[in-house]
Amino acid sequence: MTNQYNDFRNADVILNMGGNVAENHPVSFKWIQTAKDKGAIFIHVDPRFTRTSSKADMFVRLRSGSDIAFLGGMVKYILDNKLYDEFYIKNYTNISLIVNPKYGFNDGLFSGYDPSKRAYDRSTWAYEMDEQGIPMRDMTLQDPRCVFQLLKKQYSRYTPEKVTEITGTPMDDLLRVYKAYSSTGTPNKAGTCLYAMGWTQHTVGVQNIRAMCIIQLLLGNMGIAGGGVNALRGESNVQGSTDHGLLFHILPGYLPAPRAQWETLADYNKTTPASKDSRSLNWWKNRPKYIVSFLKSMYGEKATKENDFGYAWLPKLDPTQDASWLVLFDEMYKGKFPGFFAWGMNPACSSANAGKVRMALAKLDWMVNVNLFDNETGSFWEGPGMDPKKIKTEVFQLPCAASMEKEGSISNSGRLMQWRYKASNPPGEARPDGDIMYELFKKVRVLYEKEKGAYPDPVLNLKWDYETNGHFDVHKVAKEINGYFVEDISEHPVDKKAYKKGPLVPSFVYLLDDGHTSCGSWIYSASYTEAGNMAARRKKTDPTGLGLYPEWAWCWPVNRRIIYNRASVDLEGNPRNPNKPLMKWDAADKKWVGDVPDGPQPPMGTNGIYPFIMKPDGLGSIFGPGLIDGPFPEHYEPLECPIEKNLMSSQRINPVIRVFEGGPDTFLTCDPRYPFVCSTYRVTEHWQTGVLTRWLPWLIEAEPQIFCEMSLELAKLKGIKNGDKVTVETSRGKIWAVAIVTSRLKPFNIAGNTVHQIGLPWHFGWIHPKDGGDSANLLTPTIGDPNTMIPESKAFMANVSKLAQQPAKKKS
Amino acid sequence: MKITRRTFLKISGATAAGTVIGGLGFDLSPAEVYAQQLRIKGAKETATICCFCSVGCGIIVSTDAKGKVINSEGDPDHPISEGSLCAKGASSYQIAVNSNRLQRVRYRAPYSDTWKEVSWKWALNKIAANIKKTRDASFMEKNAEGKVVNRTNGIASVGSAAMDNEECWLYQKFLRSLGLNYIEHQARI
Repeated sequence: MTNQYNDFRNADVILNMGGNVAENHPVSFKWIQTAKDKGAIFIHVDPRFTRTSSKADMFVRLRSGSDIAFLGGMVKYILDNKLYDEFYIKNYTNISLIVNPKYGFNDGLFSGYDPSKRAYDRSTWAYEMDEQGIPMRDMTLQDPRCVFQLLKKQYSRYTPEKVTEITGTPMDDLLRVYKAYSSTGTPNKAGTCLYAMGWTQHTVGVQNIRAMCIIQLLLGNMGIAGGGVNALRGESNVQGSTDHGLLFHILPGYLPAPRAQWETLADYNKTTPASKDSRSLNWWKNRPKYIVSFLKSMYGEKATKENDFGYAWLPKLDPTQDASWLVLFDEMYKGKFPGFFAWGMNPACSSANAGKVRMALAKLDWMVNVNLFDNETGSFWEGPGMDPKKIKTEVFQLPCAASMEKEGSISNSGRLMQWRYKASNPPGEARPDGDIMYELFKKVRVLYEKEKGAYPDPVLNLKWDYETNGHFDVHKVAKEINGYFVEDISEHPVDKKAYKKGPLVPSFVYLLDDGHTSCGSWIYSASYTEAGNMAARRKKTDPTGLGLYPEWAWCWPVNRRIIYNRASVDLEGNPRNPNKPLMKWDAADKKWVGDVPDGPQPPMGTNGIYPFIMKPDGLGSIFGPGLIDGPFPEHYEPLECPIEKNLMSSQRINPVIRVFEGGPDTFLTCDPRYPFVCSTYRVTEHWQTGVLTRWLPWLIEAEPQIFCEMSLELAKLKGIKNGDKVTVETSRGKIWAVAIVTSRLKPFNIAGNTVHQIGLPWHFGWIHPKDGGDSANLLTPTIGDPNTMIPESKAFMANVSKLAQQPAKKKS
Repeated sequence: MKITRRTFLKISGATAAGTVIGGLGFDLSPAEVYAQQLRIKGAKETATICCFCSVGCGIIVSTDAKGKVINSEGDPDHPISEGSLCAKGASSYQIAVNSNRLQRVRYRAPYSDTWKEVSWKWALNKIAANIKKTRDASFMEKNAEGKVVNRTNGIASVGSAAMDNEECWLYQKFLRSLGLNYIEHQARI
């Protein structure tokens, strides 16, 4: 999230698309209501009428999987009607940059496609450089190879007629949304978009979000109060767990995970983003300081300049290796892993194609399953279709403490890091996760000390000293993440002051690449300093009046509440929207007042810097050459879809997705046996796989069973009545559900054909309650977005039919 | 925890009084306030943040003199939630007070059809031995191209966005020290 949940109140138009905010992030809705009370327009775009739609000023339907067509049409509308913020796009985005003459796009493919590799050579997706190596620009936006003209060309095909055919959205509805949202292209208006898994869980997931980013940049909505692109993330600390590198491709703080071709730290540092433009701050140029400080936090005094700070001790991926979720379970299914940790996770219900995961678990030698409650993963061996006598997997199920039974911090979607305190002891012998892993590693280390073994260096050299009086001490880890001065510094390059070894660093600005500082995760540096634990703060001062509350908890980076905030001011540093000033340059004192600025440099007009400081060119990316499936979002159909041909091009599906085939991985598109578009989703009363909520009596009473929602028209077609027990089936699996026949769903007209859509929640599992049903992920396919490998759980093809045997009805 | 008894009790008591008079025609407000106080009388309040979605709502957990959780409710001082909670957040109490919680370490032996309760010491020793055995057997110092990779090919991990930041960081440290590359969690799905 670029902004904050309570910043929704500052918006003039709010678009919730690819999400159901009232249902899944209910308390945040109060800030949408606050905005509405002040006159804001709230728009919901979704395949289904939901609790969110019921509160929307405009509810507009689209077929699941057609978001890029919808948004591409909005780009065209904004360009055709010149509704963009001209000052903003010229000064703050890459709209004027000149693109390589060899770049092109034809019939669904960008230049450089190699069908044999199902991949692009992206070398032509680049800017033309001048002699100094700075991208060339045409501020008149007339050059046919400037981003503006390429954008116009790309989306000229997204006419309202074409978009309507693809999305099934009536044209009047399309134009109503386009008009309302693009009214925010003036400096005195803010538009924000809220999305969730409805955008990410597609084979074009990243490009769905890119399409919205382009709109937000065109309208000048990035970096301002009430604006931004806001991911409503699903878990209380999924922001923090991502920040701290619990993913194969990133170390903490979004440092790339080392790969085999980067043999030394110097090789690794050669990949540091560079810019020759003095007006681009290119913050990532500091990456060498962050990786060295990270290595110091890993190995302490054992990490020295002489041994490359222990860089060799970190595991390396092969040059192009993908070790993401779907690949992980594919490898497990092939029997590649003897050992597995399912720590605070329930993949037997949460993974796409969960049936494959359940079979894969039987190929393990051992599994460690840490959770609050019994779950379908730990007990998979006694699940449906399993014969325990044939399953070798040794399972350890470790009981852990709940969040109020331990101390520590979590980070919400707005990057707000909030401290939690311990209220009570965990029940029985349950222990906090931190205590468990702390003790477990000590035992592993003792074994390596005693018995030696394969390459013991990273185990023996690990810094593992986070205890007080013999007990794990979470504060010591919080401080490690913030970072320390670990050597005396006679004159620090930043402020020319001397620093002694020992104290916590004030912020990442003080980190160095010479081993004099340590820092577990640079973006969290400044969270726990000599001034105290910033995440524990509870002061409610509001100096901007915008509800940023800078002394409530702490926000990464450096307590900046709205990122890219330099884009909220003009070239002199004055707020472009004087009614909602996020920050202002005080020329007399030569400092910014308001939100913590994205870099302390003076405003752009006075020799300052471009606002998008994390981009090498400092500019917002309307042209986005960094993704692997194209610099502009293009509509492709989901892997399983209801129409034979993509109405936009000859490429039916995203040309670079990795298709898993064989065994339990099957796909059927346009197959009469599976004629209905299907989505999975959530309800307020449950959470994710239901691993917690199915065990809470109040919640399971409110939502006791899996259901399948369908339109009145489809129900009539299939002879299904409200409350009937139905079977929902895909080529991967089959589950039962209770039919909810509702006008909340309606058939779509897609290019002259009637297309039905159904949907069901994925909160259930066989273990509890006994008559609750099983996971909807038994239906979903093993296929992911090519950039993120997030599975396509929001658009796949299924059948629904009435069960021959209906349960006996209760007599009234 | 530093939260003191705050004015919101008085405020909510006063609000209750207003509605009650309107509805019944006589004043129940002293009883309402008394009931409110009884619920948390002598209790210790602890601030926490909801464990479900990513909004980050504030919750106040009340515990009795023995340290047992007796109530949970929205934190009125919290700038995002302002005392509100959804159905899940409002059920937080039932996470702490729930007879279905796992309370003992359980072990399922290969080919067994039952769980067996075991001690932490036994389980952690055996898991540590498994880790070492698998790591030693599957450790790869160089890949097929002869490049140093120093990784453990035989162990994978998923989890967890349900842990605190400090635990997440510590967990990646633990896994990477063992040489794991297959490190994934909820953010990917």
